[in-house]
Amino acid sequence: MNGRRGPAFWLLAAFFALFVLFLYGPTLTILVLSFQGPQGGLTFPMNGVSLHWFGNLFEKQMVGDFAGSLQRSMVLGLAAMLVTVFASFSAGLAFRSRFHGSAFIFYLAIASLIVPSILISLGIGLLFRVLGWDTAWYSSAFGAHLTWTLPFGLLIMFAVFNRFDRRYEEAARDLGATSWQTIRFVVIPILLPSLIGVGLFGFTLSYDEFARSLYTAGTFNTLPLEIYGMTTNVTTPVLYALGTVTTGVSFAVIALALVSFAWVRRRRLRHGSDAGKAA
Amino acid sequence: MKRANTWAAYLQVSPLALVFLLFLVVPIATIIVVSFFDYNTTQIIPAFLLQNYEELVLSPVTWQTYGQTIRFAIITWALTLGIGFTLAYFLAFHVRSATWQTVLFLVCTIPFWTSNVIRMISWIPFLGRNGLANMTLIQLGLIREPLEFLLFSDFAVVLTYVHLYTLFMVVPIFNSMIRIDRSLLEAARDAGATGWQTLWTVIVPLCKPGIAIGSIFIVTIVMGDFVTVRMMSGGQSASVSLMMMNAMSLLQYPAAAANAVVLLLLVLLTVAAMMRLVDIRKEL
Repeated sequence: MNGRRGPAFWLLAAFFALFVLFLYGPTLTILVLSFQGPQGGLTFPMNGVSLHWFGNLFEKQMVGDFAGSLQRSMVLGLAAMLVTVFASFSAGLAFRSRFHGSAFIFYLAIASLIVPSILISLGIGLLFRVLGWDTAWYSSAFGAHLTWTLPFGLLIMFAVFNRFDRRYEEAARDLGATSWQTIRFVVIPILLPSLIGVGLFGFTLSYDEFARSLYTAGTFNTLPLEIYGMTTNVTTPVLYALGTVTTGVSFAVIALALVSFAWVRRRRLRHGSDAGKAA
Repeated sequence: MKRANTWAAYLQVSPLALVFLLFLVVPIATIIVVSFFDYNTTQIIPAFLLQNYEELVLSPVTWQTYGQTIRFAIITWALTLGIGFTLAYFLAFHVRSATWQTVLFLVCTIPFWTSNVIRMISWIPFLGRNGLANMTLIQLGLIREPLEFLLFSDFAVVLTYVHLYTLFMVVPIFNSMIRIDRSLLEAARDAGATGWQTLWTVIVPLCKPGIAIGSIFIVTIVMGDFVTVRMMSGGQSASVSLMMMNAMSLLQYPAAAANAVVLLLLVLLTVAAMMRLVDIRKEL
């Protein structure tokens, strides 16, 4: 492993490159095909280049309610993000001390991860039916999504708190900070990048969630349900335009997160030496 | 002070606990209760019957479907383990700078952020009758007729699983590998071990927790899957979840619930067996 790279390295590097090609190839194909001309079909060759299918996507009558479902998924994703950050951070704080039932709640979180999504969807759908309530994307589907985002949030917070130096908190307490002040002005600022990470994770997990929405979304579709519906009855490159647009949204979210990371870092550099002055 | 701390902990954990109670525990309990109910064509009737389970166990379709789902799980597990381990090994032991590790890791993660359904669709222009794969093979003169088994087949289903979920194997295994003390590898070499021996007797045993976590992810995802099977098999294969959904669409909720309970037990037993290999809380 030291010195010159042997044949093993190049073999493994080639394998890695092949895997990356395998990961990206299909997606790049539909990215290109979504700019297919109006007469073009689902496969190559390209029949001209146009934005025809993107226009088609936003015409309501053509392909269902794409714009509405996009909006619903965005709102749902943002709500799931906020609750996930808040609840995971708060639970992460709690889990630092051993309390009765902590093991039980931890196992619930693990169970929430490993129980197949479709069973949770089915269970919530059945529950609402038995109770005579209507399922809706903002109630039952919201809860279903949280059972998926929260375990991830909690596990990330565990990892984060395991690496957190408690001496910062002790120092704050020694200087007379209340426990709320310690959290607000010491713990949260230090953990901010991780909290943004949890939020980002929560948003994308919810935004892409299909199985858990299936029996819980009620009358109005979320975006993945809408996409799934379209795949079964649309046979034009509109599908690919849809893929390109949703992928674009995902990338915009990642870009936004990276910008926030950079912003936090810049802020830290600027405010690095004013310990004690703030607030 | 001690007691106040405990109360604070309960308060802090309550939002999370409440969500799990309302949207995990109660719904699963509902499934179990409803699985014993009676039903007719229009409604479900509270009762305590074992009929739903009897019908399930006595139907040969059930056994075939479970067999197929388990087969998919095993094949996918073996493939993702092999591929995932190799990729993680490359990243952990052959890529030397931390920056490059991060960059290559990000490259693997980015596709994960796009919708699974979209990633499945994107195989169509590749694998279809007139797709890129067939075109290329024909132009190379390797085949005369387009291969039919590429799209809408078990092959396509497994390919899609590997495409979508290998990352779940790479991350935990990489996480285990990166913690291996490098001096152990040197010690193995000094003691005269060949590269393969080091791999099999030092690295693989130390990666067991990562392998277990990755396997749990893969197996539970594949056993609960229906989207991939439905979209990529073209209706030629079934999965347990699809079978359940068919019962749902016929309004046979108790039958679907009984199937759900059996699937849940199967998944939980599998995971329990794998968990014996690893203490997850230690791995974070």
